[in-house]
Amino acid sequence: MTAILEVHNLTKSFRSLTAVDDVSFAIPQGACFGLLGPNGAGKTTTIEIIENIKKPTSGTVLYKGKPRDHDFSKQTGIQFQSTALMDYLKTREVLALFAQLYPHSQPMDYLIELCQLEDFLDTYATKLSGGQRQRLLLAVALVNDPEVLFLDEPTTGLDPQSRRNFWSLIHEIKRRGKTVLLTTHYMEEAELLCDQLVIMDKGKIIADGSPQELLQKHFDHSYVCIDSQDFHCETSALSDPTEVREDGIAIATSAIEKTLSELVSLNVNLRSLRVRSPSLDDLFLKLTGHHLRE
Amino acid sequence: MKEIFALWMARNREYYRDKGSLFWSFVATPLIVIILALAFSSESQEIFRAGQLAPGGPTNTQSNSIGAFTTEPTIEVITYENLQNAIRQVRFHQLDILVDTTTITDSDNPRYWINPESAKGNLLEKLLIQDTSIQWQREETIGKKIRYIDWVIPGILAMNIMFSGLWGIGYVIVRYRKNGVLKRLQATPLAAWKFLLSQALSRLSIMLIVSILVYTVCNLFIGFMMEGSHLLLLLIAVVGNLAIISISLLMACRTASEELANGLLNLISFPMLLLSELWFSLDDAPQWLQDLSQLLPLTHLVKAARGVMLEGAGFNDIAPQLLILALMTIVFVTLAGALFRWHSD
Repeated sequence: MTAILEVHNLTKSFRSLTAVDDVSFAIPQGACFGLLGPNGAGKTTTIEIIENIKKPTSGTVLYKGKPRDHDFSKQTGIQFQSTALMDYLKTREVLALFAQLYPHSQPMDYLIELCQLEDFLDTYATKLSGGQRQRLLLAVALVNDPEVLFLDEPTTGLDPQSRRNFWSLIHEIKRRGKTVLLTTHYMEEAELLCDQLVIMDKGKIIADGSPQELLQKHFDHSYVCIDSQDFHCETSALSDPTEVREDGIAIATSAIEKTLSELVSLNVNLRSLRVRSPSLDDLFLKLTGHHLRE
Repeated sequence: MKEIFALWMARNREYYRDKGSLFWSFVATPLIVIILALAFSSESQEIFRAGQLAPGGPTNTQSNSIGAFTTEPTIEVITYENLQNAIRQVRFHQLDILVDTTTITDSDNPRYWINPESAKGNLLEKLLIQDTSIQWQREETIGKKIRYIDWVIPGILAMNIMFSGLWGIGYVIVRYRKNGVLKRLQATPLAAWKFLLSQALSRLSIMLIVSILVYTVCNLFIGFMMEGSHLLLLLIAVVGNLAIISISLLMACRTASEELANGLLNLISFPMLLLSELWFSLDDAPQWLQDLSQLLPLTHLVKAARGVMLEGAGFNDIAPQLLILALMTIVFVTLAGALFRWHSD
């Protein structure tokens, strides 16, 4: 698959702080590519340099193999992390305004249906709920039928239902063949939406690949988890490595039956027992020693 | 073009849907005019005003020739250096009599000016010519009485244009930069100059409508003086408006804090409020202050508007003011365009 966007040795420094430190990756055409990392990892700075909003201190960005020119803004759509819209403009008017700023735009009705804007077309943009706002901003980002869609933390601050709703929208957009570059600090979002991702921490890429590849490469076990109040033994009593985490005890095991029989023989109450596969958060913890949300 | 029109329309909508800005434009300004009209309607000016001409300044005069005026406590004597300026004051009843004291020692007869329509002037004339040792030469200048409200109306209209232009452009652009609207626009193919032009055009069209409405409504209530062409007055409003807008664009070209913008706008508007002869004439002020006021666009706007409204000035009379305003606009717009940034870092 050919790369639609290539990033070579991108660095961005603000006085003494290096926000992005020698980052390189390539985004295949039609993929949903994720930048996963905690707050302050340099995701937004990276995506804004690629969007041509910020200038890098050094490094290059290539679009379709060439430096970005004037057509870049006509062929891309951007949803920023935080954007206010004009006061006193209704949803319908915001959409119509942005449609006028491009040489070609998608039909209004199509965007309204795709992003489910029907219910608040005549509401002022400042009066929208978080989920409604994000859907309007997504519609604005799609108004020029872009080839590449940039989404910077699109579901941060949304309630779980709005977030799921937004994810199904992104699936629909992916289905239509758009390339999507997404930043997020939600591992579920990255696992669910991204075909490929890079994990960033402190301005550097610490791992990259598809979510499945990454997990297979770094883990050959599952987790058996129990709430802390049900586990009264020493962690060394078990033969597998056992960690005490915020949400309870996590036993990393490649032989679940053996772990279960050890727990039974230790008289551990199993009412809170869960078995789960490793997640990207586990991977992040393994690579950096801290959680994604810290 | 379509993007300029779309942004122009969006900004207009923001304006007329914001009740606060509507109040300031349509209620506050006429209210100031009406309060001023009421406050000065009684014209309870009990003091007589006599002018004496002294080109070298007050020390150079021989005030004994108008001794009758200087000893009388109800007569205020004002010294003028510029003859035409002083005569104009007599014509519009700002001054009851003008005496040229510099000619007293020459062989020519000393002259004085009065407005024959002014009762106070006639009384002072009688007082002056009592002294038969001097052969006075009488000069007349005729003009309608200008009330304070007639004089101050061009200033109030200009003030409205100034506040609306400064805050309606500069403050809005800074707010857009701070809350990310500019960043969102930057992500589209929109050129910066098209955005700035649309903002300027929106404010210009709003202010013309507001100014015409305020003018009409105030005129209906007060009936102020209008000696010249309405079309010329409109041209002055457009050119003056553009000069104010261009200053505001320059202020807003990079500023990202609303607090800083507010401070800067106050810094720009206060000197204009005080020194552009909106409320009072600077004729008696020190020369350096008068020179300083020439740097302010509002001074030229008010001067041109007053010329048309009070003296019936034609295009040629106010061409210097229009030229200065146009030059200011070109300089400020060029700087603003060159320095403009969509976002702050």
